Amino acid sequence: MPLLHVDQLTKQFDIHHLQREIGVFYNLSFTLEAGQFLLVTGVNGAGKSSLLRCLYRTYVPTGGHAWYASQHGRVDLATAADVDIALLRQAEIGFVTQFLRPRPRVSALELVMEPLLDAGVDWDAAQAEAESWLDSLNLKREVWGAYPTTFSGGEQQKVNLARALIAPRRLILLDEPTASLDRLARESLVERLTVLKESGVAMIGVFHHPEDIRHLVDGEILLTSAVMNGVA
Amino acid sequence: MTLRELTTPQQDYSYGYLDTYAKRELRRRTLKAIAIPGYQVPYASRELPIARGWGTGGLQVTLALVGPESVVKVIDQGADDSVNAANLRRFITRMSGCGTTTDTLQATLLQSRHRIPEEVMQEGQALILQVPDPEPLRAVQPDISKAAGMHADADYGQMWLGLYEQLVRFKQYVQGASYPSLVNGRYVISPSPIPRWDTPKLHQAPSLTLLSAGREKRLYAVPPYTEVRPLEFSDIPFQVEDQRGWVCKTTGAENKFMNELPQADGTAQYELSDSGYAEKLANEVAPGATYFDDQGRFYVDGFLKPPRRPA
Amino acid sequence: MLMASSNHRAARLDAPRLVQHPPLLRATGLTKRYGGRLAVDNVSLEVYPGEVLGVVGESGSGKSTLLRMLNLEEQPDAGTYTLHLDGIAGQDLFALDRFDRRQVQIQRIGVVYQNPHLGLRMRFTSSGNVAERLLIAGERSFETLRAAARESLSASEFPLDRMDDPPRVLSGGMQQRVQLAKALAMKPALLLLDEPTTGLDVSIQATVLDTLKRLQREREMTIVLVSHDLGVIRTLSDRVMVMRYGQVVEAGLTDQILDDPQHPYTQQLVHAKL
Repeated sequence: MPLLHVDQLTKQFDIHHLQREIGVFYNLSFTLEAGQFLLVTGVNGAGKSSLLRCLYRTYVPTGGHAWYASQHGRVDLATAADVDIALLRQAEIGFVTQFLRPRPRVSALELVMEPLLDAGVDWDAAQAEAESWLDSLNLKREVWGAYPTTFSGGEQQKVNLARALIAPRRLILLDEPTASLDRLARESLVERLTVLKESGVAMIGVFHHPEDIRHLVDGEILLTSAVMNGVA
Repeated sequence: MTLRELTTPQQDYSYGYLDTYAKRELRRRTLKAIAIPGYQVPYASRELPIARGWGTGGLQVTLALVGPESVVKVIDQGADDSVNAANLRRFITRMSGCGTTTDTLQATLLQSRHRIPEEVMQEGQALILQVPDPEPLRAVQPDISKAAGMHADADYGQMWLGLYEQLVRFKQYVQGASYPSLVNGRYVISPSPIPRWDTPKLHQAPSLTLLSAGREKRLYAVPPYTEVRPLEFSDIPFQVEDQRGWVCKTTGAENKFMNELPQADGTAQYELSDSGYAEKLANEVAPGATYFDDQGRFYVDGFLKPPRRPA
Repeated sequence: MLMASSNHRAARLDAPRLVQHPPLLRATGLTKRYGGRLAVDNVSLEVYPGEVLGVVGESGSGKSTLLRMLNLEEQPDAGTYTLHLDGIAGQDLFALDRFDRRQVQIQRIGVVYQNPHLGLRMRFTSSGNVAERLLIAGERSFETLRAAARESLSASEFPLDRMDDPPRVLSGGMQQRVQLAKALAMKPALLLLDEPTTGLDVSIQATVLDTLKRLQREREMTIVLVSHDLGVIRTLSDRVMVMRYGQVVEAGLTDQILDDPQHPYTQQLVHAKL
């Protein structure tokens, strides 16, 4: 059984005050095995990020299925109960966005530790792990205790990546994780992703610089613009 | 035989001043109060020839219970000879033909304002206290019907909170009178403003205590041999007023409740508050047993615990 | 038409399959009428242990009435309410008599109101406000009360050197911390927050939210948070319920409701805000 089987997945937005439906993608199907890395490609506006969000259920798919083989049984990510999705987000599925929502008065280090603390890891172990991540992403040690609200885009992105990747996952959705990173940080991120992939973590990613991760890619999902295409 | 002899002689007032129906009601309310110790029973407070707030609650209960064979003692702040006490006593005897006394142990009915006498009252005696405000929850819950609900739920958290606040601010219980006490493990009462000194005297007392508020139209009772416990934290015991070293200037008595008489030079002299007891000492009549002995020990062993203050 | 679309969406989701344990809070068919006006109209909700459920809506949407019913301050005209806790599991809390209901309210539920005057005795000490819950629950040791007040107040990050100041001399943020400490005093399983940071300065609001977030994680508390502030909702809640005219128009994961709202009303609410 594949880890993820996406079957005829469709997303469109109903914008009520415009009385319009905006299509994003229609009847998308693919499968993903543990340890596989799929690259999502397509022109801007083709719905690459939307696909990831549909799988994470930030967006509600309009139709189709996304069968996910969780450790506790198979569920359809498109229609699973909210609490089930919340559980999967906590234990199995990670999402790396381009944007960090820092909270005032929470230090960078604590922000990174949080997913581990939420999962019940004790403070010292969480701190050691968070430090190792921030270190490898080249975030300056002297800002670890500072509040990321004041950070540059690149620094925020590093905190965000560490926070998103720190907890053990079975499926990671990557939405342009390297967008605003310097070369050094990109390299260490790719290194980390390689290790994760070898340990059996499956990944679906949208990348601004696909050449960085070309060697990791097992397949591609090509999204053609639904609007241009009409209905597939 | 004349017509005059055949008819009932005209009287200005019923026996005991109150009409039969009023007395009957008061007796019934009193019985109910005795049946539910500490519970405030409402009654229809009658007009009396003294103003409300001058002891009409106590007076109505006394008038409902008094008979020609009764011996009545009336005190005000411990004194038999204060104007108010003398007026009430004279009114009660004129309306009932009862006897009067200043000796606590001789009285069958003892009406009092703000004190319980020093000598231990006995079975068969009734202490009737005049109460200005019977409701212990008044300060925390001005709405009477809500307060009734709190009594029903035994919801006395706010009374405890009041004591907590006293300990935080003053390191000791500072409530001087009406110290909240739990009757028979059920109802909290605010015993008629008797000093803390007198509060323990209600506990397991052989006599009956009736507390009646004329203006508030409610009465409650502590029947003989009833548990009455002042509210106290398990680690900060309730204490009576500290009057150690206070000696009565006329009788030389100690360890009884004293009135403090400030002197022009800034010092103070002390005098027994209980005038009936003082009179016995002055006339060298042996007084009865007292609630507090001459060493200041309370007669129910272990009821008052040694003092401790919060850290 | 509006209701049809939201019902459609709610019906489409599966029943929980991975989450096996029962919800901590389950309320069904809650309805409250004030005269001719339906304040809360057939609202059902489930909150799982350790979860934060946000309830959003404009004033008059019925969210505060809902919270008062969940706090057992108000009896509904219809509906049931259970908390899956030792001793009361399966018991409809609205069917309890006044005394038992009060016990549940004091021991199992903590509440923080928007207006500190509703939740605090402004002239008593702050520590006394916290200790009151324990006093009602029967604690009679002064030292234990002091220790518990100290513990709760420091958990809500209240400066202990001011623990005996009355709330009326404290700032709004500090008053909310006292309320929070009071709510936590009995270590309740369920915490109800009614606009806990509304009316505070933005920077103070942020620190209070942080405290709430930290406590929620450390104590694995189940929280129902009522707010009209989507920022507060986003910071704290896992799931969101959107209310309007006493009805639930939409419910879902917080990011889903905020990023992909389905119902016209929710779309309007979200777009007006962000």
